[in-house]
Amino acid sequence: MTTEGKAAPALHYLDNNATTRPAPEAVEAMLPFLTDKWGNASSMYEFGGRVHRDMEEARAKVASFLGCDPGEIVFTSCGTESDNHAIFGAVEALGPATTVITTKVEHPAVIQPCRALEERGRRVVWIGVRGDGTLDMDAYRAALAIPGPKLVTMMWANNETGVIFPIAEAAAEAKRAGAVFHTDATQAVGKTTGVDMSAVPADMLSFSGHKIHAPKGIGVLFIRRGTPVRPFVLGGHQEKSRRAGTENVPYIVALGKACEMAAEETRDGTLDRIRALRDRLEAGLLAIPETSVNGNRELRLPNTLNISFPYIEGEAMLYHLADAGVCASSGSACTSGSLDPSHVLKAMDVPFTSLHGSLRFSLSRYSTDADVDAVLDAMPGIVKKLRALSPFGH
Amino acid sequence: MWDYSDKVLDHFHNPRNVGTIENPDGVGEVGALACGDALKLMFKLGPDGRIADVKFQTFGCASAIASSSALTEMIKGMTLEEAAKVTNADIAKYLDGLPEQKMHCSVMGMEALEAAIANYKTGDTAVRELKDDPLVCTCFNVHESEIVEAVRINKLTTVEQVTNYTKAGGACGKCKGAIQAILDRELGRAAPKPAAPAAPAAFADLTPAKKVLAVEKALDKEVRPALAIDGGDVELVDVAGKTVQVRFLGHCAHCMAAALTQDGLVQKKLREALGDDEIAVELVP
Repeated sequence: MTTEGKAAPALHYLDNNATTRPAPEAVEAMLPFLTDKWGNASSMYEFGGRVHRDMEEARAKVASFLGCDPGEIVFTSCGTESDNHAIFGAVEALGPATTVITTKVEHPAVIQPCRALEERGRRVVWIGVRGDGTLDMDAYRAALAIPGPKLVTMMWANNETGVIFPIAEAAAEAKRAGAVFHTDATQAVGKTTGVDMSAVPADMLSFSGHKIHAPKGIGVLFIRRGTPVRPFVLGGHQEKSRRAGTENVPYIVALGKACEMAAEETRDGTLDRIRALRDRLEAGLLAIPETSVNGNRELRLPNTLNISFPYIEGEAMLYHLADAGVCASSGSACTSGSLDPSHVLKAMDVPFTSLHGSLRFSLSRYSTDADVDAVLDAMPGIVKKLRALSPFGH
Repeated sequence: MWDYSDKVLDHFHNPRNVGTIENPDGVGEVGALACGDALKLMFKLGPDGRIADVKFQTFGCASAIASSSALTEMIKGMTLEEAAKVTNADIAKYLDGLPEQKMHCSVMGMEALEAAIANYKTGDTAVRELKDDPLVCTCFNVHESEIVEAVRINKLTTVEQVTNYTKAGGACGKCKGAIQAILDRELGRAAPKPAAPAAPAAFADLTPAKKVLAVEKALDKEVRPALAIDGGDVELVDVAGKTVQVRFLGHCAHCMAAALTQDGLVQKKLREALGDDEIAVELVP
C-alpha cells in the first residue's frame, strides 16, 4: 500500500504462520544450484551425480530434524501436496471401506481432500474441539472404535490459534486401533519441541518449507517405512517412485539448511525469546477493554496470538495496522475472500460478537521488541476509532 | 489485500458524518454483528424538506465504512424523493468502484437508506420482514426482494454475482438453487424442467444390432433368472423384424413344457420389456 506524501513505515512482520522470511543462510545455500550446479540429480554422470549427493545431504538434515531415517523423507512441492498425498494415497491403499477421521479445525489442505472423499462416498468423521480449541479426545476415541480400515489425519498445531493437539497420544491410540495416522505438522515444526518421529508413532507427517524460513515451493512428507500409501504424483522414478517429478534441488538444499537452523532453535533458547515477545504483546493487547484470547493459552505454540476485539471487524483493523507498518491476519469473513468467518473460531464457539473481530499475530526468530511496540502503540487508537464508528461500540 | 480505490481508502481513513442525531426523522438499521457487517443510518430533514443532517455508524470492513461514509455525503441536501432513487451502483460509482466481492457493502448502504426513508414514512423499523417476502438466505438473512433489486439495478446474471452483491449464498450455499431460480425468472429464462423419463424407442425402429442388445438385456433381466430356478437357460439365436429366435439350454431344452415356457414366459416378458405386443418368439432346436 502506498501512503501519499509520507515515507512508508518500517515493516513489522507479524504474520509468520502465513509465511516466513527466507533465512539468508538458506538462500545462500541454494544459489549455487541455480548457477553452477544445475545438473539433474537423477542423471548417470558426475555433473548430476554430485548434485544428487548434495540433495541427499539435505535429506539427511531434514531426517535428523524429524528424528527419522532419510529414506522416510519424500520431497514434495508444498505442504498442501504432502497432505493430499498422505490422505488420498492412504485411502487408496487401504481400500474403499476406509473411514477417515479428521477434525473440524484442519487447514483447507486437509479439509478439502476429506470433503472430496466424502463426496465420493467415503465415511469421514469430523472430530470437534472444546471452547479453548483443544481436541475432543472422547469423540476421537469413539471414532477409533469404528470397525474396518481407518486413516486419521489431524493437525499438530492450529494455524489460526496455535493450539497444540496431543499428537503423541493420539497417534499411539490410533496405532492401538489399527489405524494409519497422518499429521499435518506445518505449524508445529520448528515452533515446538516434541516433533520427533523416533518418539511419536505417527505413520506420516507433512510440513512446508516456507513456514520455517526456507523459500516457497518445497514441502516434505515423512512416510514411515511400511506405511500403506500409494503415490500421488505419478511419473518418473524420483523419490524412490513415491513422488514423481524432477527433484527441486535448489529448494531441497535450502530446506536442509532451514531445518538445520530450526533444529538448533529448539535447543538454543530462541523459542523462549519468541514466547516472551508474544507474551508481552498479549499482555499489552489484553489491557484494551473487552479483549480476549482465542485458544488455550498453555497448550499453544510460543509464537502465536489470536485475540478478539468485540464489536469491530478484522479487515478494518488490518488496514489501520498496515498504516503502522504492521502485517497480521484476521479470521473475519472480509479477509478470507469468502463471506464466512473462520471455521476454526466457529468450531470453538467463539461468540459472534468476537468472531469477526479476531486478529492473529504470529512471530518468528526475526521478530523484535520494535515489532511488538509498533502493535502496542497503534492498536489502542485503532480499537477506539473503530468502536466509535460501530453501532455496537460502547 | 483488496484493490481499493484511493477514494475508498480516503473515506475509510476519514469517514464523514459519523455518529448519531438526536430525534432523527428517519432511522434505518441493516445487517447484524453475526453477519460481519451492520449499518445504522439516520437523517433529519430541514424546513425545505431536504436532508439537512445525516449520520451513520458502521460495523464492518474498510469498504463497508467507506460505502456508508460516501452515502451520507451523497444524500445530504437531497429531498427524500431524490434520495430514494440512489442505488448501490451510484454509491460504488461515487467511490470510483468497489472490488466485485465487496459490492454487498454498497448494497448495505442502499438498503439502510431505504429502511430509513420507510421508517420516516411509516414508523416501521423492520421493513423487509413485514412484506410478503420470502427469506432466501438464512445464513445472512437475505430476502427475495433484496436479491431481485440487486439483480435489476446491477444487471446481475450469475449466482456468484448475486452473492457478491447481497451475500446471499455466501456461507453454507444451500440457497444457491433458489437464487438461480430467481435469476432465471428475472432474466426471462424458463427454469429448466425436470427431464421426463425418456420413452423407450419403438422396438421396430431399432437397428438390428440395437435390437439384439435390447433383447439380450430383456432376457437377462426378465427371463434368465426365472429359468435359472429350474436349472435352465436361454440363448438368443437371431432377431429378424419382430421375430426373436431362441434356443433353450439345460433342463429347459428337453422339457415337455418348453413350448409353454416359450409362449407363456419368454414371449410375454419380451413383449412387456420391449413395449411391443407383436413380438413373436420362435423356438429353434
